[in-house]
Amino acid sequence: MRTLDQAPPITGIRLVGLTKSYGAVQAVRGVDISVAAGETVALLGPNGAGKSTTIDMLLGLTRPDEGRVELFGMPPSDAIAAGAVGVMLQTGGLIRDLSVRELITMMAALYAEPLGVDEVLDVTGLGDIADRRTQKLSGGEAQRTRFALALVSNPELLVLDEPTVALDVQSRHDFWAAMRGFAARGKTVVFATHYLEEADAYADRVVLMSLGRVVADGPPTEIKARVGRRLIRATLAEADLADLAGLPGVVAVDRHGQTVELRCTDSDAAVRALLAAYPGARNLEIQGAGLEEAFLELTVNGDRSPERGPR
Amino acid sequence: MSTTVYTRYELLRAARNTRFFTFTLAFPVVMFFLIAAPNRDQQLDGIPFALYYMTGMICWGAMAAVIAGGARIAAERSLGWQRQLRVTPLPVRTYFRAKVLTGYLTAALTIALMYLAGTSVGVRMPAGDWVKLTVLVLIGLIPFAVLGILLGHLLTVDSMGPALGGLTALFALVGGAWGPIVSTGFLRRLTEGVPSYWLVQAGKSVTTGDGWPATAWIVLAVWTLVLGVLAVRVYQRDTART
Repeated sequence: MRTLDQAPPITGIRLVGLTKSYGAVQAVRGVDISVAAGETVALLGPNGAGKSTTIDMLLGLTRPDEGRVELFGMPPSDAIAAGAVGVMLQTGGLIRDLSVRELITMMAALYAEPLGVDEVLDVTGLGDIADRRTQKLSGGEAQRTRFALALVSNPELLVLDEPTVALDVQSRHDFWAAMRGFAARGKTVVFATHYLEEADAYADRVVLMSLGRVVADGPPTEIKARVGRRLIRATLAEADLADLAGLPGVVAVDRHGQTVELRCTDSDAAVRALLAAYPGARNLEIQGAGLEEAFLELTVNGDRSPERGPR
Repeated sequence: MSTTVYTRYELLRAARNTRFFTFTLAFPVVMFFLIAAPNRDQQLDGIPFALYYMTGMICWGAMAAVIAGGARIAAERSLGWQRQLRVTPLPVRTYFRAKVLTGYLTAALTIALMYLAGTSVGVRMPAGDWVKLTVLVLIGLIPFAVLGILLGHLLTVDSMGPALGGLTALFALVGGAWGPIVSTGFLRRLTEGVPSYWLVQAGKSVTTGDGWPATAWIVLAVWTLVLGVLAVRVYQRDTART
Protein backbone atom coordinates (compact mmCIF):
# COMPACT_ATOMS: atom_id res chain seq x y z
CA MET A 1 0.00 0.00 0.00
CA ARG A 2 1.21 3.47 -0.84
CA THR A 3 1.65 5.79 2.07
CA LEU A 4 2.49 9.45 2.18
CA ASP A 5 5.98 8.67 3.48
CA GLN A 6 6.70 6.63 0.37
CA ALA A 7 5.12 9.07 -2.04
CA PRO A 8 6.19 8.56 -5.64
CA PRO A 9 8.82 10.96 -7.00
CA ILE A 10 6.39 13.05 -9.07
CA THR A 11 3.14 13.51 -7.26
CA GLY A 12 0.19 14.40 -9.42
CA ILE A 13 -2.36 14.66 -6.68
CA ARG A 14 -1.97 14.79 -2.95
CA LEU A 15 -5.01 14.83 -0.73
CA VAL A 16 -4.14 15.03 2.94
CA GLY A 17 -6.57 14.56 5.80
CA LEU A 18 -9.60 15.89 3.95
CA THR A 19 -12.84 16.20 5.87
CA LYS A 20 -16.08 17.82 4.86
CA SER A 21 -19.42 18.03 6.58
CA TYR A 22 -22.70 19.43 5.36
CA GLY A 23 -24.57 20.24 8.54
CA ALA A 24 -24.82 17.02 10.49
CA VAL A 25 -23.82 14.91 7.50
CA GLN A 26 -20.15 13.98 7.38
CA ALA A 27 -19.65 13.55 3.65
CA VAL A 28 -15.89 13.00 3.85
CA ARG A 29 -14.27 11.81 7.08
CA GLY A 30 -10.54 11.95 6.62
CA VAL A 31 -9.34 11.05 3.15
CA ASP A 32 -5.69 10.69 2.22
CA ILE A 33 -4.88 9.84 -1.35
CA SER A 34 -1.67 10.30 -3.31
CA VAL A 35 -1.67 9.80 -7.03
CA ALA A 36 1.55 9.62 -8.99
CA ALA A 37 1.80 11.48 -12.27
CA GLY A 38 0.78 9.12 -15.05
CA GLU A 39 -1.41 6.90 -12.90
CA THR A 40 -5.01 6.07 -13.76
CA VAL A 41 -6.95 5.84 -10.54
CA ALA A 42 -10.58 4.87 -10.04
CA LEU A 43 -12.46 6.32 -7.12
CA LEU A 44 -14.96 3.58 -6.52
CA GLY A 45 -17.86 3.53 -4.16
CA PRO A 46 -21.61 3.50 -3.87
CA ASN A 47 -23.66 6.69 -3.99
CA GLY A 48 -23.05 8.73 -0.87
CA ALA A 49 -19.54 7.36 -0.37
CA GLY A 50 -18.08 10.85 -0.67
CA LYS A 51 -16.58 10.49 -4.16
CA SER A 52 -18.07 13.65 -5.65
CA THR A 53 -17.33 15.71 -2.55
CA THR A 54 -13.74 14.48 -2.68
CA ILE A 55 -13.51 15.41 -6.36
CA ASP A 56 -15.03 18.84 -5.69
CA MET A 57 -12.39 19.42 -3.02
CA LEU A 58 -9.69 18.12 -5.34
CA LEU A 59 -10.76 20.74 -7.89
CA GLY A 60 -11.15 23.56 -5.39
CA LEU A 61 -14.88 23.82 -6.07
CA THR A 62 -15.51 22.96 -2.43
CA ARG A 63 -13.39 24.06 0.50
CA PRO A 64 -12.44 21.21 2.84
CA ASP A 65 -13.21 21.64 6.54
CA GLU A 66 -9.78 20.20 7.27
CA GLY A 67 -6.86 18.96 5.24
CA ARG A 68 -5.22 20.18 2.08
CA VAL A 69 -5.08 19.52 -1.63
CA GLU A 70 -2.10 19.76 -3.95
CA LEU A 71 -2.16 19.24 -7.68
CA PHE A 72 1.36 18.98 -9.08
CA GLY A 73 2.59 20.71 -5.94
CA MET A 74 0.19 23.64 -6.38
CA PRO A 75 -3.15 24.62 -4.89
CA PRO A 76 -5.97 23.47 -7.20
CA SER A 77 -6.82 26.99 -8.35
CA ASP A 78 -3.25 27.53 -9.57
CA ALA A 79 -3.16 24.22 -11.39
CA ILE A 80 -6.48 25.05 -13.03
CA ALA A 81 -5.35 28.55 -13.98
CA ALA A 82 -2.24 26.99 -15.50
CA GLY A 83 -4.45 24.84 -17.69
CA ALA A 84 -3.11 21.62 -16.19
CA VAL A 85 -6.52 20.13 -15.37
CA GLY A 86 -9.28 18.89 -17.65
CA VAL A 87 -12.57 18.19 -15.94
CA MET A 88 -15.78 16.41 -16.72
CA LEU A 89 -18.15 17.07 -13.84
CA GLN A 90 -20.94 14.69 -12.97
CA THR A 91 -23.71 17.10 -13.88
CA GLY A 92 -23.91 19.95 -16.29
CA GLY A 93 -25.41 20.87 -19.60
CA LEU A 94 -23.90 22.59 -22.60
CA ILE A 95 -24.53 26.19 -23.56
CA ARG A 96 -26.77 26.45 -26.63
CA ASP A 97 -26.56 28.21 -29.99
CA LEU A 98 -23.14 26.82 -30.91
CA SER A 99 -22.18 23.78 -32.92
CA VAL A 100 -20.19 21.02 -31.25
CA ARG A 101 -17.10 22.12 -33.17
CA GLU A 102 -17.60 25.78 -32.23
CA LEU A 103 -18.05 24.99 -28.56
CA ILE A 104 -14.89 22.87 -28.49
CA THR A 105 -12.98 25.61 -30.36
CA MET A 106 -14.26 28.20 -27.90
CA MET A 107 -13.08 26.23 -24.88
CA ALA A 108 -9.79 25.21 -26.52
CA ALA A 109 -8.98 28.90 -26.87
CA LEU A 110 -8.75 29.18 -23.09
CA TYR A 111 -5.67 26.95 -22.97
CA ALA A 112 -2.07 27.54 -23.92
CA GLU A 113 -1.46 24.17 -25.58
CA PRO A 114 -4.79 22.66 -26.51
CA LEU A 115 -5.18 19.56 -28.64
CA GLY A 116 -6.35 20.09 -32.20
CA VAL A 117 -10.13 20.40 -32.43
CA ASP A 118 -10.28 17.88 -35.28
CA GLU A 119 -8.19 15.42 -33.32
CA VAL A 120 -10.53 15.67 -30.34
CA LEU A 121 -13.62 15.34 -32.53
CA ASP A 122 -12.06 12.23 -33.98
CA VAL A 123 -11.03 10.66 -30.67
CA THR A 124 -14.45 11.24 -29.10
CA GLY A 125 -16.31 10.07 -32.19
CA LEU A 126 -18.03 13.42 -32.65
CA GLY A 127 -16.84 13.98 -36.20
CA ASP A 128 -20.20 13.19 -37.77
CA ILE A 129 -22.11 15.60 -35.60
CA ALA A 130 -19.47 18.33 -35.37
CA ASP A 131 -21.76 20.86 -37.03
CA ARG A 132 -24.82 20.02 -34.99
CA ARG A 133 -26.04 22.65 -32.53
CA THR A 134 -25.49 21.66 -28.91
CA GLN A 135 -29.19 21.97 -28.03
CA LYS A 136 -29.97 19.20 -30.54
CA LEU A 137 -27.66 16.55 -29.11
CA SER A 138 -28.86 13.33 -27.52
CA GLY A 139 -27.86 12.57 -23.94
CA GLY A 140 -24.98 10.38 -25.03
CA GLU A 141 -23.76 12.88 -27.64
CA ALA A 142 -23.84 15.67 -25.06
CA GLN A 143 -21.89 13.47 -22.67
CA ARG A 144 -19.26 12.79 -25.33
CA THR A 145 -19.08 16.52 -26.07
CA ARG A 146 -18.43 17.17 -22.39
CA PHE A 147 -15.65 14.62 -22.55
CA ALA A 148 -14.27 16.41 -25.60
CA LEU A 149 -14.26 19.69 -23.67
CA ALA A 150 -12.22 18.04 -20.91
CA LEU A 151 -9.80 16.50 -23.42
CA VAL A 152 -9.24 19.51 -25.66
CA SER A 153 -7.43 21.34 -22.88
CA ASN A 154 -4.70 18.71 -23.24
CA PRO A 155 -4.38 18.56 -19.45
CA GLU A 156 -1.78 16.82 -17.36
CA LEU A 157 -4.58 15.66 -15.10
CA LEU A 158 -7.95 14.49 -16.34
CA VAL A 159 -10.70 14.31 -13.73
CA LEU A 160 -13.92 12.51 -14.63
CA ASP A 161 -16.84 12.29 -12.22
CA GLU A 162 -19.13 9.38 -13.14
CA PRO A 163 -18.32 9.89 -16.82
CA THR A 164 -20.33 7.08 -18.37
CA VAL A 165 -23.64 7.44 -16.58
CA ALA A 166 -25.65 8.54 -19.62
CA LEU A 167 -23.89 6.30 -22.14
CA ASP A 168 -25.06 3.12 -23.79
CA VAL A 169 -22.81 0.07 -23.93
CA GLN A 170 -21.14 0.93 -27.24
CA SER A 171 -20.53 4.57 -26.29
CA ARG A 172 -19.20 3.43 -22.96
CA HIS A 173 -16.72 1.18 -24.70
CA ASP A 174 -15.66 3.96 -27.06
CA PHE A 175 -15.38 6.34 -24.16
CA TRP A 176 -12.97 4.13 -22.27
CA ALA A 177 -10.96 3.48 -25.39
CA ALA A 178 -10.52 7.24 -25.79
CA MET A 179 -9.67 7.64 -22.12
CA ARG A 180 -7.10 4.86 -22.35
CA GLY A 181 -5.53 6.49 -25.39
CA PHE A 182 -5.21 9.70 -23.46
CA ALA A 183 -3.80 8.03 -20.36
CA ALA A 184 -1.23 6.31 -22.57
CA ARG A 185 0.32 9.72 -23.26
CA GLY A 186 1.57 9.68 -19.69
CA LYS A 187 -1.30 11.72 -18.33
CA THR A 188 -2.79 11.35 -14.89
CA VAL A 189 -6.42 10.28 -14.82
CA VAL A 190 -8.78 10.14 -11.87
CA PHE A 191 -12.30 8.94 -12.40
CA ALA A 192 -15.14 8.33 -10.01
CA THR A 193 -17.46 5.48 -10.74
CA HIS A 194 -19.84 3.10 -9.11
CA TYR A 195 -19.47 0.64 -11.97
CA LEU A 196 -17.20 -1.99 -10.51
CA GLU A 197 -16.27 -3.47 -13.85
CA GLU A 198 -15.08 -0.06 -15.06
CA ALA A 199 -12.75 0.40 -12.14
CA ASP A 200 -11.51 -3.16 -12.60
CA ALA A 201 -10.97 -2.86 -16.34
CA TYR A 202 -9.64 0.66 -16.79
CA ALA A 203 -7.79 1.71 -13.65
CA ASP A 204 -4.21 0.95 -12.59
CA ARG A 205 -5.36 1.43 -9.08
CA VAL A 206 -8.64 1.44 -7.24
CA VAL A 207 -9.42 3.62 -4.28
CA LEU A 208 -12.49 2.22 -2.65
CA MET A 209 -14.56 4.68 -0.66
CA SER A 210 -17.39 4.05 1.74
CA LEU A 211 -19.14 6.42 4.10
CA GLY A 212 -16.62 9.18 3.52
CA ARG A 213 -13.52 7.08 4.05
CA VAL A 214 -11.00 5.21 1.98
CA VAL A 215 -11.55 1.57 2.85
CA ALA A 216 -9.12 0.04 0.38
CA ASP A 217 -6.47 1.36 -1.96
CA GLY A 218 -4.47 -0.71 -4.42
CA PRO A 219 -4.43 -2.43 -7.80
CA PRO A 220 -7.75 -4.12 -8.66
CA THR A 221 -6.09 -7.50 -8.11
CA GLU A 222 -4.90 -6.41 -4.69
CA ILE A 223 -8.39 -5.31 -3.75
CA LYS A 224 -9.57 -8.80 -4.57
CA ALA A 225 -6.65 -10.37 -2.74
CA ARG A 226 -7.34 -8.20 0.25
CA VAL A 227 -10.66 -9.84 0.65
CA GLY A 228 -8.92 -13.06 -0.32
CA ARG A 229 -12.06 -15.07 -0.66
CA ARG A 230 -12.22 -17.73 -3.30
CA LEU A 231 -14.96 -20.16 -3.88
CA ILE A 232 -14.31 -23.86 -4.44
CA ARG A 233 -17.13 -25.91 -5.88
CA ALA A 234 -17.01 -29.67 -6.01
CA THR A 235 -19.37 -32.53 -6.55
CA LEU A 236 -19.10 -34.52 -3.36
CA ALA A 237 -22.03 -36.65 -2.29
CA GLU A 238 -21.07 -38.02 1.10
CA ALA A 239 -19.19 -35.53 3.22
CA ASP A 240 -19.97 -33.97 6.52
CA LEU A 241 -20.25 -30.19 6.28
CA ALA A 242 -18.64 -29.73 9.67
CA ASP A 243 -15.61 -31.79 8.53
CA LEU A 244 -15.35 -29.72 5.37
CA ALA A 245 -15.48 -26.52 7.40
CA GLY A 246 -12.55 -27.81 9.43
CA LEU A 247 -10.26 -28.05 6.38
CA PRO A 248 -7.36 -25.59 6.34
CA GLY A 249 -8.11 -22.31 4.58
CA VAL A 250 -11.86 -22.81 4.61
CA VAL A 251 -14.08 -20.29 6.36
CA ALA A 252 -17.57 -21.29 5.29
CA VAL A 253 -19.27 -24.21 3.63
CA ASP A 254 -22.54 -24.76 1.95
CA ARG A 255 -24.28 -27.58 0.08
CA HIS A 256 -26.54 -27.51 -2.95
CA GLY A 257 -27.66 -31.04 -3.67
CA GLN A 258 -24.52 -32.96 -4.58
CA THR A 259 -22.44 -29.83 -4.85
CA VAL A 260 -20.54 -28.36 -1.95
CA GLU A 261 -19.25 -24.80 -1.88
CA LEU A 262 -16.25 -23.85 0.21
CA ARG A 263 -15.44 -20.22 0.84
CA CYS A 264 -11.73 -19.96 1.41
CA THR A 265 -9.12 -17.53 2.55
CA ASP A 266 -6.45 -19.88 1.20
CA SER A 267 -7.87 -21.83 -1.71
CA ASP A 268 -4.56 -23.56 -2.48
CA ALA A 269 -4.35 -25.16 0.95
CA ALA A 270 -8.05 -25.94 0.92
CA VAL A 271 -7.90 -27.70 -2.44
CA ARG A 272 -4.96 -29.88 -1.38
CA ALA A 273 -6.64 -30.81 1.87
CA LEU A 274 -9.96 -31.43 0.16
CA LEU A 275 -8.50 -33.86 -2.39
CA ALA A 276 -6.43 -35.61 0.26
CA ALA A 277 -9.45 -36.14 2.50
CA TYR A 278 -12.01 -36.79 -0.26
CA PRO A 279 -10.31 -38.37 -3.32
CA GLY A 280 -13.81 -38.82 -4.75
CA ALA A 281 -14.43 -35.11 -5.14
CA ARG A 282 -15.20 -34.34 -8.76
CA ASN A 283 -15.88 -31.35 -11.05
CA LEU A 284 -13.64 -29.05 -9.10
CA GLU A 285 -14.08 -25.34 -9.77
CA ILE A 286 -12.18 -22.49 -8.19
CA GLN A 287 -13.56 -19.02 -8.60
CA GLY A 288 -11.87 -15.75 -7.69
CA ALA A 289 -14.08 -13.20 -6.05
CA GLY A 290 -15.10 -10.50 -8.48
CA LEU A 291 -14.57 -6.90 -7.62
CA GLU A 292 -18.27 -6.80 -6.89
CA GLU A 293 -17.77 -9.23 -4.07
CA ALA A 294 -14.67 -7.45 -2.81
CA PHE A 295 -16.60 -4.23 -2.92
CA LEU A 296 -19.46 -5.54 -0.83
CA GLU A 297 -17.12 -7.13 1.64
CA LEU A 298 -15.03 -4.02 2.13
CA THR A 299 -17.81 -1.46 2.16
CA VAL A 300 -19.96 -3.42 4.56
CA ASN A 301 -17.05 -3.72 6.96
CA GLY A 302 -15.81 -0.26 6.09
CA ASP A 303 -16.71 1.43 9.29
CA ARG A 304 -15.26 -1.23 11.55
CA SER A 305 -12.39 -2.40 9.42
CA PRO A 306 -8.92 -1.57 10.71
CA GLU A 307 -7.88 -1.08 7.10
CA ARG A 308 -8.89 2.48 6.47
CA GLY A 309 -6.65 3.19 3.57
CA PRO A 310 -3.25 4.89 3.68
CA ARG A 311 -2.40 6.72 6.86
CA MET B 1 -4.75 31.64 -24.14
CA SER B 2 -7.10 33.75 -26.16
CA THR B 3 -10.06 35.33 -24.44
CA THR B 4 -10.86 37.06 -27.75
CA VAL B 5 -11.91 33.79 -29.31
CA TYR B 6 -14.03 33.00 -26.27
CA THR B 7 -15.72 36.40 -26.42
CA ARG B 8 -16.28 36.11 -30.17
CA TYR B 9 -18.19 32.86 -29.74
CA GLU B 10 -20.20 34.43 -26.93
CA LEU B 11 -21.28 37.16 -29.32
CA LEU B 12 -22.05 34.60 -32.00
CA ARG B 13 -24.31 32.78 -29.56
CA ALA B 14 -26.19 35.96 -28.77
CA ALA B 15 -26.59 36.80 -32.44
CA ARG B 16 -28.07 33.35 -33.09
CA ASN B 17 -30.71 33.89 -30.46
CA THR B 18 -32.87 35.50 -33.11
CA ARG B 19 -36.10 35.62 -31.17
CA PHE B 20 -34.56 37.70 -28.45
CA PHE B 21 -32.80 39.86 -31.00
CA THR B 22 -35.91 40.57 -33.02
CA PHE B 23 -37.99 41.54 -30.04
CA THR B 24 -35.35 43.76 -28.48
CA LEU B 25 -34.71 45.55 -31.74
CA ALA B 26 -38.20 45.69 -33.17
CA PHE B 27 -40.35 46.78 -30.23
CA PRO B 28 -38.85 50.24 -29.66
CA VAL B 29 -38.81 51.02 -33.40
CA VAL B 30 -42.45 50.01 -33.88
CA MET B 31 -43.48 51.95 -30.78
CA PHE B 32 -41.56 54.97 -32.04
CA PHE B 33 -43.31 55.03 -35.40
CA LEU B 34 -46.71 54.46 -33.80
CA ILE B 35 -46.41 57.34 -31.36
CA ALA B 36 -43.75 59.77 -32.52
CA ALA B 37 -44.46 59.87 -36.25
CA PRO B 38 -48.03 61.27 -35.93
CA ASN B 39 -46.78 63.85 -33.40
CA ARG B 40 -43.60 64.84 -35.21
CA ASP B 41 -44.52 68.55 -35.24
CA GLN B 42 -45.26 68.68 -31.52
CA GLN B 43 -43.02 69.55 -28.60
CA LEU B 44 -42.60 67.32 -25.55
CA ASP B 45 -40.88 68.30 -22.31
CA GLY B 46 -39.56 71.38 -24.07
CA ILE B 47 -37.88 69.61 -27.01
CA PRO B 48 -39.12 68.26 -30.37
CA PHE B 49 -41.48 65.32 -29.84
CA ALA B 50 -39.52 63.00 -32.15
CA LEU B 51 -36.22 63.71 -30.38
CA TYR B 52 -37.78 63.03 -27.01
CA TYR B 53 -39.31 59.77 -28.20
CA MET B 54 -36.19 58.68 -29.97
CA THR B 55 -34.15 58.87 -26.75
CA GLY B 56 -37.10 57.42 -24.82
CA MET B 57 -37.23 54.33 -27.02
CA ILE B 58 -33.43 54.07 -27.00
CA CYS B 59 -33.64 54.04 -23.22
CA TRP B 60 -36.21 51.27 -23.27
CA GLY B 61 -34.58 49.10 -25.94
CA ALA B 62 -30.95 49.57 -24.97
CA MET B 63 -31.74 49.10 -21.31
CA ALA B 64 -33.47 45.81 -22.06
CA ALA B 65 -30.48 44.77 -24.18
CA VAL B 66 -27.80 45.37 -21.54
CA ILE B 67 -29.86 43.85 -18.72
CA ALA B 68 -30.48 40.79 -20.88
CA GLY B 69 -26.74 40.49 -21.49
CA GLY B 70 -26.09 39.75 -17.83
CA ALA B 71 -29.36 37.90 -17.39
CA ARG B 72 -28.00 35.21 -19.71
CA ILE B 73 -25.94 34.14 -16.71
CA ALA B 74 -29.07 32.68 -15.09
CA ALA B 75 -29.38 30.09 -17.85
CA GLU B 76 -25.71 29.15 -17.55
CA ARG B 77 -26.01 28.81 -13.80
CA SER B 78 -28.96 26.46 -14.07
CA LEU B 79 -27.10 24.38 -16.67
CA GLY B 80 -24.11 24.03 -14.37
CA TRP B 81 -22.05 25.71 -17.08
CA GLN B 82 -20.70 28.34 -14.70
CA ARG B 83 -19.37 25.53 -12.51
CA GLN B 84 -17.74 23.99 -15.54
CA LEU B 85 -16.12 27.34 -16.36
CA ARG B 86 -14.71 27.54 -12.84
CA VAL B 87 -12.56 24.52 -13.59
CA THR B 88 -11.09 26.22 -16.68
CA PRO B 89 -8.49 29.01 -16.74
CA LEU B 90 -11.16 31.50 -17.92
CA PRO B 91 -10.77 34.60 -15.73
CA VAL B 92 -14.01 35.68 -14.06
CA ARG B 93 -13.61 39.19 -15.44
CA THR B 94 -13.48 37.86 -19.00
CA TYR B 95 -16.68 35.96 -18.38
CA PHE B 96 -18.47 39.09 -17.19
CA ARG B 97 -16.88 41.26 -19.84
CA ALA B 98 -18.26 38.99 -22.55
CA LYS B 99 -21.75 39.28 -21.05
CA VAL B 100 -21.56 43.08 -20.80
CA LEU B 101 -20.13 43.34 -24.29
CA THR B 102 -22.93 41.19 -25.68
CA GLY B 103 -25.46 43.50 -24.04
CA TYR B 104 -23.73 46.62 -25.29
CA LEU B 105 -23.46 45.41 -28.88
CA THR B 106 -27.17 44.60 -28.92
CA ALA B 107 -27.78 48.03 -27.39
CA ALA B 108 -25.62 49.61 -30.09
CA LEU B 109 -27.83 48.04 -32.76
CA THR B 110 -30.92 49.42 -31.05
CA ILE B 111 -29.32 52.84 -30.85
CA ALA B 112 -28.35 52.78 -34.53
CA LEU B 113 -31.83 51.66 -35.58
CA MET B 114 -33.46 54.32 -33.47
CA TYR B 115 -31.18 57.02 -34.91
CA LEU B 116 -32.30 55.96 -38.38
CA ALA B 117 -35.92 55.95 -37.29
CA GLY B 118 -35.46 59.36 -35.64
CA THR B 119 -33.87 61.04 -38.63
CA SER B 120 -36.52 59.54 -40.91
CA VAL B 121 -39.18 61.54 -39.08
CA GLY B 122 -37.14 64.69 -38.91
CA VAL B 123 -34.82 64.57 -35.92
CA ARG B 124 -31.96 66.92 -36.75
CA MET B 125 -28.93 67.72 -34.62
CA PRO B 126 -25.36 68.90 -35.25
CA ALA B 127 -22.93 66.00 -35.64
CA GLY B 128 -21.31 66.86 -32.30
CA ASP B 129 -24.63 66.45 -30.52
CA TRP B 130 -25.17 62.98 -32.03
CA VAL B 131 -21.78 61.97 -30.71
CA LYS B 132 -22.48 63.45 -27.29
CA LEU B 133 -25.89 61.78 -27.15
CA THR B 134 -24.30 58.42 -27.98
CA VAL B 135 -21.66 58.83 -25.29
CA LEU B 136 -24.24 59.77 -22.65
CA VAL B 137 -26.48 56.85 -23.55
CA LEU B 138 -23.58 54.38 -23.38
CA ILE B 139 -22.60 55.75 -19.97
CA GLY B 140 -26.21 55.81 -18.76
CA LEU B 141 -26.49 52.09 -19.52
CA ILE B 142 -23.74 51.12 -17.08
CA PRO B 143 -25.98 50.66 -14.00
CA PHE B 144 -28.31 48.50 -16.08
CA ALA B 145 -25.47 46.29 -17.31
CA VAL B 146 -24.58 45.74 -13.65
CA LEU B 147 -28.26 45.12 -12.83
CA GLY B 148 -28.26 42.40 -15.50
CA ILE B 149 -25.36 40.59 -13.85
CA LEU B 150 -27.09 40.92 -10.48
CA LEU B 151 -30.33 39.46 -11.84
CA GLY B 152 -28.41 36.72 -13.60
CA HIS B 153 -27.20 35.48 -10.23
CA LEU B 154 -30.38 36.21 -8.33
CA LEU B 155 -33.14 34.80 -10.52
CA THR B 156 -33.92 31.50 -12.17
CA VAL B 157 -34.45 31.00 -15.87
CA ASP B 158 -38.19 30.66 -15.32
CA SER B 159 -38.59 33.93 -13.49
CA MET B 160 -36.21 35.82 -15.77
CA GLY B 161 -38.65 36.54 -18.61
CA PRO B 162 -41.33 38.27 -16.52
CA ALA B 163 -38.70 39.97 -14.35
CA LEU B 164 -36.90 41.41 -17.38
CA GLY B 165 -40.07 42.58 -19.07
CA GLY B 166 -41.50 44.05 -15.88
CA LEU B 167 -38.33 45.75 -14.69
CA THR B 168 -37.41 47.36 -18.00
CA ALA B 169 -41.00 48.54 -18.52
CA LEU B 170 -41.05 49.96 -15.00
CA PHE B 171 -37.69 51.73 -15.38
CA ALA B 172 -38.71 53.04 -18.81
CA LEU B 173 -42.08 54.26 -17.54
CA VAL B 174 -40.73 55.96 -14.42
CA GLY B 175 -37.85 57.38 -16.44
CA GLY B 176 -40.37 58.92 -18.82
CA ALA B 177 -39.57 56.90 -21.94
CA TRP B 178 -43.16 57.27 -23.15
CA GLY B 179 -43.37 60.88 -21.95
CA PRO B 180 -42.73 62.45 -18.56
CA ILE B 181 -45.11 60.86 -16.04
CA VAL B 182 -45.05 64.03 -13.92
CA SER B 183 -43.80 67.39 -15.09
CA THR B 184 -43.16 69.30 -11.87
CA GLY B 185 -42.84 69.11 -8.14
CA PHE B 186 -41.70 66.52 -5.67
CA LEU B 187 -42.59 63.49 -7.78
CA ARG B 188 -40.56 64.78 -10.70
CA ARG B 189 -37.62 65.22 -8.36
CA LEU B 190 -38.17 61.66 -7.22
CA THR B 191 -38.01 60.33 -10.78
CA GLU B 192 -34.74 62.23 -11.15
CA GLY B 193 -33.27 59.72 -8.73
CA VAL B 194 -33.87 56.90 -11.21
CA PRO B 195 -31.06 56.20 -13.71
CA SER B 196 -33.44 55.59 -16.63
CA TYR B 197 -34.70 59.16 -16.22
CA TRP B 198 -31.30 60.44 -17.24
CA LEU B 199 -31.10 58.08 -20.17
CA VAL B 200 -34.34 59.57 -21.47
CA GLN B 201 -33.11 63.06 -20.66
CA ALA B 202 -29.89 62.55 -22.62
CA GLY B 203 -31.55 63.96 -25.76
CA LYS B 204 -32.73 67.09 -24.00
CA SER B 205 -29.44 67.49 -22.16
CA VAL B 206 -27.33 67.61 -25.31
CA THR B 207 -29.68 69.86 -27.32
CA THR B 208 -30.41 72.38 -24.58
CA GLY B 209 -27.06 72.29 -22.81
CA ASP B 210 -23.68 70.64 -22.73
CA GLY B 211 -24.86 67.38 -21.21
CA TRP B 212 -26.17 66.07 -17.95
CA PRO B 213 -26.20 68.18 -14.79
CA ALA B 214 -24.16 66.98 -11.82
CA THR B 215 -27.25 65.29 -10.35
CA ALA B 216 -27.32 62.86 -13.26
CA TRP B 217 -23.72 61.78 -12.74
CA ILE B 218 -24.26 61.31 -9.02
CA VAL B 219 -27.46 59.28 -9.55
CA LEU B 220 -25.75 57.03 -12.10
CA ALA B 221 -22.67 56.59 -9.95
CA VAL B 222 -24.66 55.71 -6.84
CA TRP B 223 -26.86 53.20 -8.65
CA THR B 224 -23.83 51.62 -10.31
CA LEU B 225 -22.02 51.39 -7.00
CA VAL B 226 -24.96 49.95 -5.04
CA LEU B 227 -25.92 47.46 -7.76
CA GLY B 228 -22.25 46.58 -8.16
CA VAL B 229 -21.83 45.79 -4.46
CA LEU B 230 -25.00 43.70 -4.52
CA ALA B 231 -23.86 41.88 -7.66
CA VAL B 232 -20.50 41.03 -6.10
CA ARG B 233 -22.26 39.79 -2.94
CA VAL B 234 -24.67 37.60 -4.87
CA TYR B 235 -21.88 36.29 -7.08
CA GLN B 236 -19.81 35.36 -4.03
CA ARG B 237 -22.77 33.69 -2.36
CA ASP B 238 -23.50 31.82 -5.55
CA THR B 239 -19.98 30.54 -6.07
CA ALA B 240 -19.12 30.06 -2.38
CA ARG B 241 -16.92 26.99 -2.00
CA THR B 242 -19.16 25.52 0.64
